[in-house]
This record gives sequence, C-alpha cells and structure tokens, in this order.
Amino acid sequence: MLEIGKSTFQSRLFTGTGKFRSNQEMKEAMEASGTELITMALKRVDLNNPNDSMLQHLKLPGIALLPNTSGVRNAKEAVFDAQLAREALGTSLIKLEIHPDPRYLLPDGEETLKATYELAKEGFTVLPYIQADPVLCKKLEDAGTAAVMPLGAPIGSNKGLLTRDFLRIIIEQSQVPVVVDAGIGAPSHAADAMEMGADAVLVNTAIAVAGNPKCMAIAFKQAVKAGRMAYEAKLATPSVQANASSPLTQFLEH
Amino acid sequence: MSFYHEHISYSWEEIGNQIYQSTPEDVARAIRKDGEGTLSDFMALVSPAADNFLEQMAQKSHLLTQKRFGNTMQLYIPLYLSNACTNGCVYCGFNKHNKIARKTLTHQEIEEEAMAIKQMGFEHLLLVAGEHPREAGFNYLQKAMKQLRQHFSLLSVEVQPMNTDEYRALSGEGLNTVYIYQETYNKSHYPMYHPQGKKANFRYRLETPDRLGKANVHKIGLGALLGLEDWRIENVFMALHLRYLQKHYWKTRYSVAFPRLRPHAGSFAPQHPVSDRQLVQLITAWRLFDENIELSLTTRETPYFRDHACKLGITSMSAGSRTEPGGYARPSKELPQFDVSDARSPESLVGKLQSLGYEAIWKDWDQALQ
Repeated sequence: MLEIGKSTFQSRLFTGTGKFRSNQEMKEAMEASGTELITMALKRVDLNNPNDSMLQHLKLPGIALLPNTSGVRNAKEAVFDAQLAREALGTSLIKLEIHPDPRYLLPDGEETLKATYELAKEGFTVLPYIQADPVLCKKLEDAGTAAVMPLGAPIGSNKGLLTRDFLRIIIEQSQVPVVVDAGIGAPSHAADAMEMGADAVLVNTAIAVAGNPKCMAIAFKQAVKAGRMAYEAKLATPSVQANASSPLTQFLEH
Repeated sequence: MSFYHEHISYSWEEIGNQIYQSTPEDVARAIRKDGEGTLSDFMALVSPAADNFLEQMAQKSHLLTQKRFGNTMQLYIPLYLSNACTNGCVYCGFNKHNKIARKTLTHQEIEEEAMAIKQMGFEHLLLVAGEHPREAGFNYLQKAMKQLRQHFSLLSVEVQPMNTDEYRALSGEGLNTVYIYQETYNKSHYPMYHPQGKKANFRYRLETPDRLGKANVHKIGLGALLGLEDWRIENVFMALHLRYLQKHYWKTRYSVAFPRLRPHAGSFAPQHPVSDRQLVQLITAWRLFDENIELSLTTRETPYFRDHACKLGITSMSAGSRTEPGGYARPSKELPQFDVSDARSPESLVGKLQSLGYEAIWKDWDQALQ
C-alpha cells in the first residue's frame, strides 16, 4: 500500500490523459490500467463547465484526479492555478509542473521549490515534477512536499531511465515516496524503475500513442506489479567482484 | 542586437547553392537525426535530393509528431476584425488599391461574431486585421481583446507589427500568441512585394519576433508566404530565424505556418508556385528538423490535402473560417482576404479527424494562466 499525504493507493501506476485518439479510448485505457490516480492539465478543461467532455470521461469509480499546472511559467502562476483547481475540483492533490521552457518542458527547480513551500503551507498535497536532482529532493522534503517526481528522461521522449544513477541516489535518500515521471516508454522501463525501488511510476505517452492503448495499459499494469514484487523479494544483484581463486586474506587464519 | 544583424551576414545565393548541392547521403543522414537536426540537415531535407525520400520522411515525421503531440489536433478559428489597410502588398486581397468594400467591425458587431463563433464550440480565437492605424490600430485591438477575453480561453492576433510596450499591454489583455509572417526573407526582393505603407520596412518586420520575445508573449508564429520566392531558400532562412529565437527567447513557444498563395481580388500570379508534393516535403522537413515545433495549416488548403496532411506533422488547424469581417454572423461574398478552399463546418472536420484517429482539441489554454 502506497501512502501519499492522506491518500492511499493499491496501484503503483499513475497515468496521464493527454495525446489519446479520443476521450473514450482514454477512459478504456485508464480502466484497464488499474490506476487509482490520473493526472490532467488544468488548461485542457473548462472548470466552469460541469459538462466538460474530458472531465466527464474522468469520473471513474475508485480513481482520484491529480490536476497538474502544466502551462505555468513560475511559482506565482502555479500557486494560483493550484488554488483554482482545489476550488473547482475539490481536491488538495496537486502535481506541480513548472516548465518555463516550452520546447523540452524541463522543470524549473528554483520556482518549484518556492511554490512547494507556499502550497504545503496552504495544506496542499504537493507532487512536484523535477529534474532527477537528489539535493533538490531533500530541499523539497524540507518544504513539505508529499512526494517527489523526478524525470527518467525528457517528457514524451520514451527513452527510459536515462537519469538512472541519480534516481538511485534519490530513492536511497528519500523520506517521501518517489514517483518516476516522464520518459518511461515501455513496460520494461517501468519494471526497471520499480525494481530499483521507486514507489510508483507515471506513464502517459507510451500508453496514449500505442497501437492499442488498452492493451498497453494492461502491459504497464503487470510490469509495475512485477517490478514491485521483484523489489520486495530482494533482487539478486549482479556481482561486481570477481571471486578470487587465491584468497588474499586467508593468511590471517594461521 | 537582433535577428536583422544575423540575417545580413548570410547571402541568399550562397544558402541556395548549399541547398542545391545536397546529396542523397546528406538527406539519409538528416533523416536519421530524428527531429534533432542541424541547419545543414534541414538544407538537405528541403533540397531537390530529398524528393526521392519523401515516403521515408513522411513516415518518420508521423512517428515523431505522434510521440510529441499524440493523436490530437488543435483547432482555432480566425475572426476578421477589419479589412481596411494602408499597405500595397501586391499579393494580398486587402491591398489598398483593390476596389473592395472596406469594413471594420464595431463593438456590437464583434459581439455578434463572438457569439456565432462560440456556438461552433471554439475556445481558441485568432484576430485578424489589415494594417490601418487609424481604423484598427493598437487602441482598437486593445479594446477588442478586452471584450473578447471574456468569451475565449486563448486569444491570438495576426495584425500589424507593434512595439514592445504595445505587446506588453496586449499581453495584459489576454494576448497569448502573435503570428507575424515575414512573407519573404529575401531582403532585395522584399520591396517588390511591399511597395507602399509601413509594411515596406523590411527590418521593422524582421525584428518583430525580437520585440515579442522581449515582451514575453507566450507564443510566436513564423511563416513565409509560399509562392513569392524559392521556398527551399525561404524556409532555410526561417529555420535560421527560429534557431536564433529559441536561443534568445527560450521561454517562448514557436509555431511555423505554411501559407500557400491562393487566388484573390487583384489576381497576383505566384512566380514560384509550390506543388502539393513540395509542400509535403516542406512540412515533413520541418518535423525532422525540430520534433517539438508546432506546425499549422489553414483552410487555404483543400479538404483532400488537409485530411492527409494531418498525419504528416501538422499539429494545429483552423476550421470553419470566414475571411471577411462580419462573416460569421452575416456571411457575404464581397470582402474576403482570400478564398478558403476547405469550407467544411467545424463539426464535419472534427468528424473527419475522428475517423482518422485524431481527437480535436478545442481548449489548451486558460485565461487564468495569462
């Protein structure tokens, strides 16, 4: 069971809502994935319209919405966006996405830290999308973050865990759940992150643009479960040391 | 410093020579760059040598676009505010010498247009006007935006170039995107096409994206009019412009458009017409050069071409467009800037997109983010 703030999750697969061929296809993929947390860009929905097509399709039993602030360029805008989301959707969960660089959508650590302080103080459960930066993760803990969401590779790149060495340090040091976000392009990448000890992964593009999103959602569901089981069962790590045939310390026994 | 200084350090002829010397090997190498190409890769992709690689380019462009933008198509609609113009651009229906009825929408007429457009479902609105400082200058636009931001999530403009302070002020009124097409990057031929009016100033127009970047406008749309000059050279200059802007104004989003000259009042005959096959090469070349750039296509193109182009790399489209001021509430055949080729209703386009496996996106911005 995964706990983030006051929420608990059986499923360790979080999913996104962008890039699907249709809202219906998105809904079917979400249901098949077994996810219990779905992120959605606030700019994509009309919060004042109760009949908004995307929101309608996301009203699924047992699945919480994780609004994200995609589109904001600094902490001030992010805080404002989060407040709007809480008011309109009645959730304190917020995925903090501050990427002033619209080309590669890379997160701004400095502004993210500022916004996390502010939002945590206001009682939000903050899940910030960040670079795989172990020092920033510790600072975010001090700021009151509920989890950290380091990237595996640039958003939408499907390149897998390019930041592996830094993710390993983050997972080892973290006192809050670590959710690997961005770059996960295949179920094997997701399993890889879970085997490393990540608490969850967030997957969007790889499911949305798959030939058969529903099937791919199931594949991810199983990969995340398998990866977690392997982690809990304690993986046999590949040995980096040679087993010397002539022991060097045996002389001490004489 | 501005892009003007960089522009004058390049020669139109030399760039042309480099493009035309590209070999099939250059093209093959450029295709392998997967959306992260250099300028010389782009030269190869728009060269005659790339024509033999068209299917391969299209397949890769499709995959790259799908990865970055998904199976979606952004929709927007133009609202023509005024066709009054003090410029004499030889290719444009609004040319001041053309004997067409001139019209600038009043506050009430703008409201009527807005309501007619809202009924079609649009949230992204593009305001268009000729260059007429007295009739439809900065003050007029500012008022119009104040009025329209209450109805739409995203406002963009395709109007006369303005100064940095004016752009800042319009941002405060909800301005998200400015489309500013250079028309041609060929400095020595530019005056032939733009003989009179403020638009005759090549440098002021070329430096407009610099002013937009300084004013922190969210998105800048670039374009070169296809048909005026050699499209291959034209687009390499535009690629240079894009790379310059991305380095200097890294918080800004960019899009590229492909306005192909269409028949209009005054009947200007393009000297360098661009064929469908060449336009496909150009669209896919842009995607292979930059996997993150937004590419847009208007209703100037035919339904047949647009239906196929959406799989080639295009990420945004206009729909249901009327190019005469007041045309949504009271359609007229007398005032258009150009004749639209794709006259389908938004519903019918959305239905077509669905059948092709694309979700139409009506809203991808919010005034709260402004």
